[in-house]
Amino acid sequence: MNFKKRDVISIKDFSREEIEYILKYAKKMVPYATGEKHTDILKEKILASLFFEPSTRTRLSFESAMHRLGGRIIGFADPSGTSQKKGESLADTIRMADSYSDVIVIRHPQEGAARLAAEFAEAPVLNAGDGAGQHPTQCLLDLFTIFMEKKKIKGNNIVLLGDLKYGRTVHSLAYALALFKADLTFVSPETLKMPKEVINECREFGVEPNSTSNLEKAIKEADVLYVTRIQRERFPDAEEYNRVVGTYKVDNNLLKQAKQDLIVMHPLPRVVEIDPEVDSTPHAVYFKQAFNGVPVRMALLSLILGGKKL
Amino acid sequence: MKELKVTPIKDGTVIDHITPGNAVKVLRILKIPESTTSVVSVAINVIGKKGKKDIVKIENRELDPKELDKIALIAPKATINIIRDYEVVKKHKVELPDEVIGIAKCSNPTCISNAREPVQSRFQVICKDPPRIRCYYCEREPEDIADRII
Repeated sequence: MNFKKRDVISIKDFSREEIEYILKYAKKMVPYATGEKHTDILKEKILASLFFEPSTRTRLSFESAMHRLGGRIIGFADPSGTSQKKGESLADTIRMADSYSDVIVIRHPQEGAARLAAEFAEAPVLNAGDGAGQHPTQCLLDLFTIFMEKKKIKGNNIVLLGDLKYGRTVHSLAYALALFKADLTFVSPETLKMPKEVINECREFGVEPNSTSNLEKAIKEADVLYVTRIQRERFPDAEEYNRVVGTYKVDNNLLKQAKQDLIVMHPLPRVVEIDPEVDSTPHAVYFKQAFNGVPVRMALLSLILGGKKL
Repeated sequence: MKELKVTPIKDGTVIDHITPGNAVKVLRILKIPESTTSVVSVAINVIGKKGKKDIVKIENRELDPKELDKIALIAPKATINIIRDYEVVKKHKVELPDEVIGIAKCSNPTCISNAREPVQSRFQVICKDPPRIRCYYCEREPEDIADRII
């Protein structure tokens, strides 16, 4: 299995065996991610962190991951101070960053931007989210959370809830969960159903997802409830947004009907879809999930940059 | 006596076995009539041995590989006949390559391939018949390929 110098653009770039390897390696990274143990396996390595749109959590966790491995970071979190503002193409910005760094992390509002960056960079490129496109490290940390909390991925009944039409994370996650042959249930308002092509991809792995708008029914059998925000910014029509926002709310009353060991996940930020009263229950793992971005990104950076094994 | 609905041509190309109803799309992607002053004949819903088909005959023009790829995208069963002095000198079926570059535009307005970047559009062919293509950059599949051809 060779990860050295590889680009990470889409979760589809990885086989199931490779994902399993990353998850196991990420587990080893946990004590380093918490600061309990120390390492400098990426000493002398430089990460270029190019955030063309804001994403505090992803950026900070990548930067934390690099620091925890002893590496250094250059880059920007606001493109208004860069040559893009002067009309420079993304390709040129990437060529420039490539000459200053060993690995490039890019977040960009346009879909396919990371793939384009990988074409112009010699250094490996990690996609930290491209518009409504791919966000593979989010997908890996979601899988890692299920793996850590449930000890396995296959055999779990996983309910994906919320905006399944525009939600970037749930498309990649559904694909990856089907790759692991998890049981899938999609719960959404009628107008925000999972796109057909995602369902077809699941079928290609022999997984037939259930689709429903009835959360009360779906939650009874669930081992994992993955909640997503209904994203105002993805809606072409404000009226359509107003019609569906607040359709589902996960609160303690709903969770009374769930299995005791159900875990509730959310890629965050949340708005109204999970009541804060859920935070203090054993079901809530979303903050742990956010932390898991650090060991997962540490594992990827280490594998891609060929850091010494821990 | 057999009636000829479309007269033979001396030199040029006959595109046969076009999916019925798609002849006009073929004309559009070959930029006809703007790109030619030659005689062009079109037959729609012709009854052939295997059912209905469309036919396009273009005098004094042979198609380049890029044009053939475009035709394969909308008429995957089309046959290309090169005619010289009323004889068919070459006959072959169109065949889609595994990847098509620079012949269609991504339907996603926020795809990076539609931005001002030094790259050509690029699609992976995920099914040849019926043709289905996926953008290499944003991974979206355009629904109506014919409308996306440049």
